[in-house]
Amino acid sequence: MRRAAIAAASTSALVVLLLTLKPHQPGIPALGAAPPAGTSPAPTGTATPPGGRGTGTYTGDAVQTQYGTVQVAATVKAGELTAVKMLQVPSGNGRDQEIAAYAVPRLTQEALGSHSAHIDSVSGASYTSQGYIQSLQSALDRAGV
Amino acid sequence: MGTVVSFDIRDKRGPAIEAALSEAVSWLHHVDEVYSTYRPDSAISRLARHEIEVADCSAEVREVLALCRSAARNTAGWFSHLATGFLDPSGLVKGWAVEGASQILYEAGARNTCLNGGGDLRLRGEAAPGTPWRIGIAHPLRPGELCATVEAGDLAVATSGTAERSAHIVNPHLGIPANGLASVTVTGAGLTMTDVYATAAFARGESARDWLESLDGYEGFAVLPDGRSWRTDGFPGETVPEHGSV
Repeated sequence: MRRAAIAAASTSALVVLLLTLKPHQPGIPALGAAPPAGTSPAPTGTATPPGGRGTGTYTGDAVQTQYGTVQVAATVKAGELTAVKMLQVPSGNGRDQEIAAYAVPRLTQEALGSHSAHIDSVSGASYTSQGYIQSLQSALDRAGV
Repeated sequence: MGTVVSFDIRDKRGPAIEAALSEAVSWLHHVDEVYSTYRPDSAISRLARHEIEVADCSAEVREVLALCRSAARNTAGWFSHLATGFLDPSGLVKGWAVEGASQILYEAGARNTCLNGGGDLRLRGEAAPGTPWRIGIAHPLRPGELCATVEAGDLAVATSGTAERSAHIVNPHLGIPANGLASVTVTGAGLTMTDVYATAAFARGESARDWLESLDGYEGFAVLPDGRSWRTDGFPGETVPEHGSV
């Protein structure tokens, strides 16, 4: 069973959505599973072969979150996720930067770690960011992983 | 920060499962609208402000409040929807919502699913024919590492810990943040009570081990603030090697 991302499997349906049971600040509407706002850059890697085993670096959607814009690039080799690079992280204020500095390495480790350790999902990892996952998922979709 | 819910469905996709997936997503949005304490117009917010009475609420809201009261009783008050001094059923609603979404998919024929609601999981069936689901427990003290793995079929897995930035679990008896454990994972049959028990076990701290051992059908694994760990006798998982245990 090939694994794509934190919560994505190649053979499975994936929906990620945000539930505002515990949001950052009051009054923010749910982002839901709506298509992310912002640009949708074309992949910078090689074209995805039919059947989808991409190789290259794929830019994810720029996802607007309540903290700011999140965008990642995923590097894929023969269908395996090998690296995740942050292109944009929220930087609105000191606290946002602090959170991004704390959360992003964790998310990246998890995306890569769960991939390599044949883990289907992770419990206790609730610091996951919907922006990160959404952007990463769109990058992986482009890679055909 | 909100909660991300992911759906991992290993069954062959068809119209019934696609429809159930949409229904499950609508269900989660419905739960959010009714139960969010951060939406001033939610039923729960209006209840907390005494604008409406329990009797004015839908049967579903009354059922959730009854579940909260029963959870508080079952945990000797270590789980409380009033722990912070105002009405907040979020600690129960999240697991209950994911359990409901899992049930919607099951009834539509999706027998092999893994739903992850902010790190709390509801598993059904298997990851692949003959292969159980394999779940990692995030290490509360070492970012990016796993402290244990669980292999299971039909099971709920909930973890409470200090890693989540907005989840300061309060000791309802003292009114101060609980700090006896770095994290505790509870496994059981359904996610509603499994998640409640993880919260209650975290609030208990040191006494959680004996309490979890005494519960029928639930098992636990905990990491202490000094990095040592313990597990109940029946915990369906393995500690990741090079990880010290009590």
